[in-house]
Amino acid sequence: MMDYVVAFIVGGALCAIAQLVMDIGKFSQMHVMGLFVATGVFLGISGIYDRLIAVAGAGAVLPISGFGYFLAKGVLAQNEVNGWLAIGSGMFQFAGAILSFAVVLSFFTALLCKPKG
Amino acid sequence: MKLAGKQTWVFEHDIYIQETGTAVGPLEAEGPLRESFDIAHDDLYCGERTWELAERRLMQEAIDVCLQKGSISFDDIDLFLAGDLLNQNVTANYVARTIPAPFLCMFGACSTSMQTAAVGAALIDGGFARTVLAATSSHNATAERQFRYPTELGVQKPKTATFTVTGAGAVVIGRKRGRWRIAAATIGKVIDAGTANPFDMGSAMAPAAASTIEQHFIDLGVSPADYDLIVTGDLSRVGSVIVRQMLAESGYDVTDNYNDCGLMIYRPDQNVFAGGSGCACCAVVTYGHLLKEMERGALQKIFVVATGALLSPTMMQQKQSIPAIAHGVVIEAVKEGQ
Repeated sequence: MMDYVVAFIVGGALCAIAQLVMDIGKFSQMHVMGLFVATGVFLGISGIYDRLIAVAGAGAVLPISGFGYFLAKGVLAQNEVNGWLAIGSGMFQFAGAILSFAVVLSFFTALLCKPKG
Repeated sequence: MKLAGKQTWVFEHDIYIQETGTAVGPLEAEGPLRESFDIAHDDLYCGERTWELAERRLMQEAIDVCLQKGSISFDDIDLFLAGDLLNQNVTANYVARTIPAPFLCMFGACSTSMQTAAVGAALIDGGFARTVLAATSSHNATAERQFRYPTELGVQKPKTATFTVTGAGAVVIGRKRGRWRIAAATIGKVIDAGTANPFDMGSAMAPAAASTIEQHFIDLGVSPADYDLIVTGDLSRVGSVIVRQMLAESGYDVTDNYNDCGLMIYRPDQNVFAGGSGCACCAVVTYGHLLKEMERGALQKIFVVATGALLSPTMMQQKQSIPAIAHGVVIEAVKEGQ
């Protein structure tokens, strides 16, 4: 039960930060998204995001910063085998699944639903 | 000379609005002016497959109902003037395929309603046409993807954003005596207040509206008290305050007889942010509601100032500011036996 509460609080806190950046910093939605992905990458490389996921689980994985984390994680995983090339080859090792899932889900949503506004 | 002062046209002949037609979408039909509109749809698609086709249908219906109400046939129309908000004015251009009259497409963003009415009246006064059909339209969903973001993206909007009205308005203007007379028109200058926020069009357009209204008073030597109502097109809650303030600073008090179409068309609790906007906002409120009020005798003489923000998404992406324009038309009620 405690896991759910922590995930809820951490995930909510990340979203609250994004909202504050948008409202106070006058950033557009696209900029905030980019900012969060990039932050996820940096925190992923430095290992901080691993610790956050250990504490909060889905609360840290689900926000878009989690996508940045998986980009970084893929590169790090292939780093020993491919060296610098891992930046290209490893980036989508884990994040690819997220992208494919989004594309497939969007396709079926578009087939089944009609925009209302 | 028909030009009074610098920017105002005073028509020599009596030019009348002979008939009007309006068609609106579901949210407008739920609003406080629902009784004023000729056709109301309960679905945003208006029975069509796409939003753009829905907007085209609205304009077509507004024209059809206008001609039908006035028993006017297409043979009587010497010129068709129309415009909308979409790229290449597709709504107006495609509707014009079905109108057997010469056509001039006009773009003035949301000022198109009064732009077409003013130009139509001028052409009639000059003898280039006997009867002119003028129409304009906008659709919430087509405007969203044209100017903002696709609604499916679910982008948050600030309170200063406006909500594009779904609807279309048409008028037939001519020399034949009607219930309303177009007496004068003031053509606006493009004013750029330097703002670059497409989610705050009210602030961008208010200086243009103030400029046109002030120039109108100067050109004709009249004061705000000469009008029962001075109404702007779509300045919303944000812009209407600014224009009031700017006019007060220039010594024109419009406290008692000023309103904005964008504030009249929706109830405040309809989740429309700062109020209505779009070509159809000024068109359906004026042609639908205000002219009926004049017929009823509640208003005698009004000055309708349609405001337009002349932006494009490409210019916004290149961080350019928003030029704005406002065109005003004086409409008088024609009394029985006058």
